Amino acid sequence: MKILVPVKRVVDYNVKVRVKSDGTGVETAGVKMSMNPFDEIGVEEAVRLKEKGVATEIIAVSLGVAACAETIRTALAMGADRGILVESDADLQPLAVAKLLKAIADKEQPGLIILGKQAIDDDMSATGQMLAALLGWSQGTFASELTVDGGNLTVKREVDGGMETIVLTLPSIVTTDLRLNEPRYASLPNIMKARKKPIETVKPEELGVDVTPRLTVVSVAEPPKRQAGVKVGSVAELVAKLKTEAKVI
Amino acid sequence: MTVLVLLDHEAGVIKQPSRSAVAAASKLGEVHVLVAGQGVQAAAAAAGKLPGVAKVLLADDAAYANALAEPMSALLVSLASGYSHLLAATTAVGKNIMPRVAALLDSQPISDISGVVDADTFVRPIYAGNAMATVKSSDAKKVITVRAASFDPVAAEGGSAAVEAVAAVASPAVSRFVSAELSKSERPELTAARVVISGGRGMQNGDNFALLDPIADALGAAVGASRAAVDAGFVPNDYQVGQTGKIVAPELYIAVGISGAIQHLAGMKDSKVIVAINKDEEAPIFSVADYGLVADLFSALPELAAELKNA
Repeated sequence: MKILVPVKRVVDYNVKVRVKSDGTGVETAGVKMSMNPFDEIGVEEAVRLKEKGVATEIIAVSLGVAACAETIRTALAMGADRGILVESDADLQPLAVAKLLKAIADKEQPGLIILGKQAIDDDMSATGQMLAALLGWSQGTFASELTVDGGNLTVKREVDGGMETIVLTLPSIVTTDLRLNEPRYASLPNIMKARKKPIETVKPEELGVDVTPRLTVVSVAEPPKRQAGVKVGSVAELVAKLKTEAKVI
Repeated sequence: MTVLVLLDHEAGVIKQPSRSAVAAASKLGEVHVLVAGQGVQAAAAAAGKLPGVAKVLLADDAAYANALAEPMSALLVSLASGYSHLLAATTAVGKNIMPRVAALLDSQPISDISGVVDADTFVRPIYAGNAMATVKSSDAKKVITVRAASFDPVAAEGGSAAVEAVAAVASPAVSRFVSAELSKSERPELTAARVVISGGRGMQNGDNFALLDPIADALGAAVGASRAAVDAGFVPNDYQVGQTGKIVAPELYIAVGISGAIQHLAGMKDSKVIVAINKDEEAPIFSVADYGLVADLFSALPELAAELKNA
């Protein structure tokens, strides 16, 4: 079974983002970029399925500017076999990304596609579910455990208030939650090997997908700032202030 | 303009985040709601009592018993023709289903809105709430999830909408529910609690979370945790408050042994009053706290429990 793993290039999770002064977006020039952490979990899970003999080939796909090739290299260094870069300078929104990924899935015929449950830049949490809809496949979102058994996939999902187990008929879409696994660090020899792995580049037009954004960003603003309050000297003072000043207890 | 809201319900009760979604929908037009499930007449009746709801659609069928994404999205798509907007709360159910619905309608979903500007324009947090984007949709049908903490929920009683049964729609059986393991708790749900007390890495282990219990009991609080505490295995993931967990905005939020990573602040900074207890006085959590107590939590927590008990 082939596994497709979409990986997104995002502002590194340790970076404190700054809103641009003209209100058009956030500052990304000169900012450290990394693979979306949830996508890293997706790559790791695919590699583990290959190590178990369930997967035969792992294809990492990234969509966006030419530099997304670096994100694909990271996936290749973790153990993916080859990469596909859908190169575009356009603002690729989840619906367009899902359509592009569908076009790739139609060609590659994977049995499983593993995506992050959300990207930490736009926080949309939509692409996996949308891709499942477009392909007409089953979906297991927010997964914390996967078991492939013949034509079935058992997924333990994180839901409000606990966990849920569902069984899906393959092919399926899975989106990863935090506890699915802990991604490995690529070893130096694997980073070297990854340089030789192939990355194919395609354009949205070649895939026949119109990527015109459906959402226009009117403005991006700083959230309202919270002021730091006071330090209290003791538990007794804290309780007194909560009672008489804040009046919340 | 008529808006359809998919409701989350449990044991005949409409969940609070869905009542916030109804509040958001009321800003857009006439509100219809959908209750789907098996044997859910009681929930449909409860939905009819929500103020501002004009009609309740009831889809009562075994196919919807566990809110699986594939049949639920097929149902919503079958109902979509009469509506300009389809909404749900940003819950595990809403997040799972609504983007699937959107793709089937060739619409770009607008996730987790925190504000309604007009029928096409919405405010939503990006980058873990470090920026607020105002976005305008050009899609004919808008598919939206609503950040419950940003909209005061409508009351549970006061309305009297009629219930109309809708037929189940065929959908290929590609998914099957097996089981659910839900945390048993007498406490309120995190997203609905008036008071939340959360522990972080400073709690040191899962057993120490018991130190939060008497305080939670005294205040009627829900217990939460930072991602660091979840990652360390102290508590289950459904305790997680933050960008990748639950977003809460209670009247009182007490952060214990939590340093205050951006990802955590994203989930609780809209709380009305924030209390931080941390032994590191440089911890970033103090920069958003209304009341900060620099103290060792292992002495402060029992003391706080005793103070509240005496009160």
